[in-house]
Amino acid sequence: MPDPSLAVRRSSPLAPPRSFLWARRVFLTLLTGFVLLPVYVMVSSSLKPLADVSGTFRWLPSGLTIRPYIDIWSTVPLAKYFVNSLIVAGAATVCSVVIAVFAAYAVSRYDFRGKRVFTVTVLSTQMFPGILFLLPLFLLYVNIGNATGIALFGSRGGLILTYLTFSLPFSIWMLIGYFDSVPRDLDEAALVDGCGPLGALFRVVVPAAVPGIVAVAVYAFMTAWGEVLFASVMTNDTTRTLAVGLQGYSTLNDVYWNQIMAASLVVSVPVVAGFLLLQRYLVAGLTAGAVK
Amino acid sequence: MTTTAAEPAVRKNSPGAAPSGTPRRRTGRIRRIGLPYLLLLPALVLELLVHLVPMVIGIVMSFKQLTQFYIRDWGTAPWSGLDNYKVSVDFDAPVGEALLHSFLVTVGFTLLSVGLCWLIGTAAAVFMQDTFRGRGLLRTLFLVPYALPVYTAVITWVFMFQHDNGLVNHVLHDQLHLTDEPSFWLIGDNSFWALLTVSVWKGWPFAFLIVMAGLQNIPGELYEAAALDGAGMWQQIRRITLPSLRPVNQVLVLVLFLWTFNDFNTPYVMFGKAAPQAADLISVHIYQASFVTWNFGTGSAMSVLLLLFLLLVTGVYLAVTSRGRRTADA
Repeated sequence: MPDPSLAVRRSSPLAPPRSFLWARRVFLTLLTGFVLLPVYVMVSSSLKPLADVSGTFRWLPSGLTIRPYIDIWSTVPLAKYFVNSLIVAGAATVCSVVIAVFAAYAVSRYDFRGKRVFTVTVLSTQMFPGILFLLPLFLLYVNIGNATGIALFGSRGGLILTYLTFSLPFSIWMLIGYFDSVPRDLDEAALVDGCGPLGALFRVVVPAAVPGIVAVAVYAFMTAWGEVLFASVMTNDTTRTLAVGLQGYSTLNDVYWNQIMAASLVVSVPVVAGFLLLQRYLVAGLTAGAVK
Repeated sequence: MTTTAAEPAVRKNSPGAAPSGTPRRRTGRIRRIGLPYLLLLPALVLELLVHLVPMVIGIVMSFKQLTQFYIRDWGTAPWSGLDNYKVSVDFDAPVGEALLHSFLVTVGFTLLSVGLCWLIGTAAAVFMQDTFRGRGLLRTLFLVPYALPVYTAVITWVFMFQHDNGLVNHVLHDQLHLTDEPSFWLIGDNSFWALLTVSVWKGWPFAFLIVMAGLQNIPGELYEAAALDGAGMWQQIRRITLPSLRPVNQVLVLVLFLWTFNDFNTPYVMFGKAAPQAADLISVHIYQASFVTWNFGTGSAMSVLLLLFLLLVTGVYLAVTSRGRRTADA
């Protein structure tokens, strides 16, 4: 399993020279400023009265107010979008993880005809432009709906199906790396003890690869939560997700920037908090495949 | 990405690797052979439904005269041969000219964005290779742009780029007096630089992550040996760190390139459906060509051309960089 801490100590007997220390200080300070500037704008503006965000930009609010955080829920149906996003991203994540676990287990533990074709094909879909799938998928869903009555277009189901497939290639790829690092002796011992292959998978391999599975789940959730292109085409008024719904604030006659910033913050908190809490896993999982 | 993941599969796939050895009961054997396919089935079905079948449909559509009249039943749209492609690459006519312009803008944008993301990410990772106070906190902060949903990050930047009440004009015009007039950032030529700023802000942490992981694989003895030979810090970075990162960079740069080139979310949230000329990235351009004019046939042809271009670039890139690597190793 890759070391999740990423703590490298370079054991150089020489202390870094002054030029290096200064370059590091200057560079990292500037970079921190660049990274934090939008975060500061988002947080501070969300607490400003409307006059502060409508006129010339102010670094410091003239007064603090939590009014925007109350108004965001009534200006647009934010709660509805929130629930839609939660359902879509949650369901896509669960399905994606389960399906990826099965697929990665097959690739990691079995030799079979077409294995290379499978991995290469699945991975290469990652490089294709989303726009290439958008039009055909749109038509495919409409036509499946017309032919079978299963409403995929405009429904949450269609969006879940789409998003879970988007995160699948990368999830499978990350999990193959993780499963490969779980010693085969472990699941062979389980097989000898009378577990079936699925028993070995769920009792031995999955528990040993929990960090990888968490990483995949975080990745799948982030993918579904942040996607804009398909959400903007494949949702209607009742199924609209946050990615599209948030644009509702700026189409009004007056642009309530303080509310937009408050809503952005509220929407970001679940993913950013989740990401930062689980970052060790995700970082290790993301890099496990790329670096090997 | 593709090559690294495929390698283990090649190694294990020795000829005739089908289960052999002690004869087993027939049902057990079928189970053993069938099981991996069964495990792959859900993934396979979804990949077919959402990725591969639509791709084939997209290619078919590109040879059809598919306008809004045929949406309900696209199979009945008349074939149009190569007409959609001819329209797309006729650079003297408005449609082709606009596509070429968008393509060139995207190439320039992608090269700059990937270069900057790589540069900033690598510099940050190298500077943070040694432990120092606050390193863990900084690493967490640096990952925030990557963790934020694209649309909230972009909306915040849009606010900052506002003409009258944005932070950027306040700093550049009101406080530093660098411009005579407050600039427009979201329309006109400036929009290219605004888009680039947002793209780099959002993209560099990924390079940082990958390079940081790559640095872990450099054996510490290399640095010790170099230090004993009298190599200073800067020399160690140039002679050991950067060359050791080559394999990681090969994948990283390709992934960044493909993501940036195909990026739809950033420009779409930033400019809406009508992107300014200077920032007319290809994904939004094709989206607009298809959904605004409802001409799916031409949109598909453009998408296929884009895919062919990306395949070509990826192929050439992998061939060139792999060869370079082999000669360097020899």
